[in-house]
Amino acid sequence: MSTHTFPKSQSPDRGGPAQPLLLVRDLKKYFPVRSSLFERGKKFVHAVDGISFSIAKGKTLGIVGESGCGKSTTARLIAKLMAPDSGSMIFDGEGVGEFGGLELKAFRRSLQMVFQDSFASLNPRLTILETIAYGPQAHGLSRVKANLRARQLLSRVGLEPDQFGSRYPHELSGGQRQRINIARALAFEPRLVILDEAVAALDKSVQAQVLNLLQELKAEHQLTYLFISHDLQVVHYICDEVMVMYLGQVVEIGPVEQVYAAAAHPYTKALLSAVPSMDPAHRTEHPPLVGDPPNPINPPAGCRFRERCPHAEAVCSVRSPILASYKSASPLENHLVACHMNDNSSGHSAAVAENAA
Amino acid sequence: MPTPSLAALIPAGHAESTLQAAVPSRSFWRVVLRQLKHDPVAMTAALVLLLIVGAAVFAPWLAPADPYKANMLQRLLPIGSAGHWLGTDELGRDMLSRLMYGGRLSLLMGVVPVLAAFLIGTSIGLFAGYVGGRINMLIMRLLDVFYAFPSVLLAVAVAGALGPGMSNSLIALTLVFVPQVVRIAESVTTQVRRLDYIEAARMSGSSVFSIIRVHVLGNVLGPVFVYATGLLSVSMILGSGLSFLGLGVKPPEPEWGLMLNTLRSAIFREPLIAALPGAFIFFTSIAFNLLADGVRSAMDVRR
Repeated sequence: MSTHTFPKSQSPDRGGPAQPLLLVRDLKKYFPVRSSLFERGKKFVHAVDGISFSIAKGKTLGIVGESGCGKSTTARLIAKLMAPDSGSMIFDGEGVGEFGGLELKAFRRSLQMVFQDSFASLNPRLTILETIAYGPQAHGLSRVKANLRARQLLSRVGLEPDQFGSRYPHELSGGQRQRINIARALAFEPRLVILDEAVAALDKSVQAQVLNLLQELKAEHQLTYLFISHDLQVVHYICDEVMVMYLGQVVEIGPVEQVYAAAAHPYTKALLSAVPSMDPAHRTEHPPLVGDPPNPINPPAGCRFRERCPHAEAVCSVRSPILASYKSASPLENHLVACHMNDNSSGHSAAVAENAA
Repeated sequence: MPTPSLAALIPAGHAESTLQAAVPSRSFWRVVLRQLKHDPVAMTAALVLLLIVGAAVFAPWLAPADPYKANMLQRLLPIGSAGHWLGTDELGRDMLSRLMYGGRLSLLMGVVPVLAAFLIGTSIGLFAGYVGGRINMLIMRLLDVFYAFPSVLLAVAVAGALGPGMSNSLIALTLVFVPQVVRIAESVTTQVRRLDYIEAARMSGSSVFSIIRVHVLGNVLGPVFVYATGLLSVSMILGSGLSFLGLGVKPPEPEWGLMLNTLRSAIFREPLIAALPGAFIFFTSIAFNLLADGVRSAMDVRR
């Protein structure tokens, strides 16, 4: 162990390898819509509406979905940057912010975040070195040690400390700034890193470099990633599992290879078919999906996707589907889907037909 | 262990102190000062201000005559008279000496209220902006009441209510400027607070006080500072205005605004003499404004 780490050692792998690093249960966040002074608090945007998932240690979970589906809100709820309306989180076997559980400050160190906007996420008045060294100092490292640590991390993310340490954010390129943001996150020795569209604003070649760096760091520091993106190819490359969100709810979650090979939910199928084909002979001639997501202030009753779903039937507007194991997949795979076509008892014609056969 | 590899990255025998010294200090304000040195207009304004401030501060040693000593036989001597380079006023007092001494009170009227408003206003604005929500709204709506009045009227009303006198007019001017500074500080803080680097700082688990000090204050101080330097001339002119109206400094104290008032009667006999205090107010406030402009552009580091 380096002499420049924190005085109190990071909480060890307490729950063992089988314990998921993060368990999220029924997380909800509604934002009040301010229509006027007198009828405040009557309407709500259902930003995150009861999502549950878990991330295994050392794995990368990708969250995909259209903009406005609640990806970033989920990240901010997990990071405790905003308080959820309901729901609980268990971090390596310990409740977060609960009595007898993990303290918020310790949790904050175990979990860090890299933001999409590399410029807005760096303080323009601080030099690169000051920015990275700020966090360790907040956790009790002396200034000298924190600076030394910042320099080590700078060279680890590929920036020469003597050359870049005293620069200001506006003097760097987007890729360099995102490396700084990664270095700042790593300065806490976190166990879980939330990457909120962390490579979305970078051009393709820089994106590849940063993704490779992230992969290397993950192996070196035994990190677990929560990777939020709308880029399905990047998710395919970096993630082990993928979670598809639609209007604040999880519609499908499973191992990335399996979901990409055999998507169960009509929305996931539409998303995947929207990825441009590399073969000009197989152009996508028809839009896989038409229309916009419905207004999150008044989400439709029943299945939220039914208004755009080609398979929508009567049952879809009556009951909301429940996230359950995908029937066609082998029972060992942890592939869940929320669709009436997957539920034999739902009365959906596709599900019934499958049952009879 | 999460980070065993970091130790291997330090070169052997690399002492901590040398690593520290390798990074040259590039503090923000030092960069601003360097920028300012290349601005001829701002440097000229600074030089003019330095001369005026120097003359005022060292008036007891530099002034050729006693500013209070009247001489009825030598009333309203023109500019360039022997022994009185800038002439004499309506009571035969040496104008140069009175202008130098007058600068002390006039500059005080310019600097003290702005400094006080800067400290008070920034604190309130930072608090309101960072806390946000209803508390912010309450504070800002309360301060909006002050905005309903033109600043001259407000200064006159407060000074009139408190009664004439130097300290009362300082308080009146401070009260005029506090809401303006709060508004600037609050709006900048509200903008800064939403940025990702504040969220990143919150994720570090450090205290609210530390986040405000390191991440918010540094980014709010700049715009507020620029605004406050612009207020210096306004404050001086308002202070002189209060004295002119008899609400500030009382005769026979020399003060530019008051001198302008007492020399009114001489405006047809010696218009140049009567205009002198006004010219000093004019040039000082112009110098303040030009310097403020220079500071504003020097602080725009993103070039």
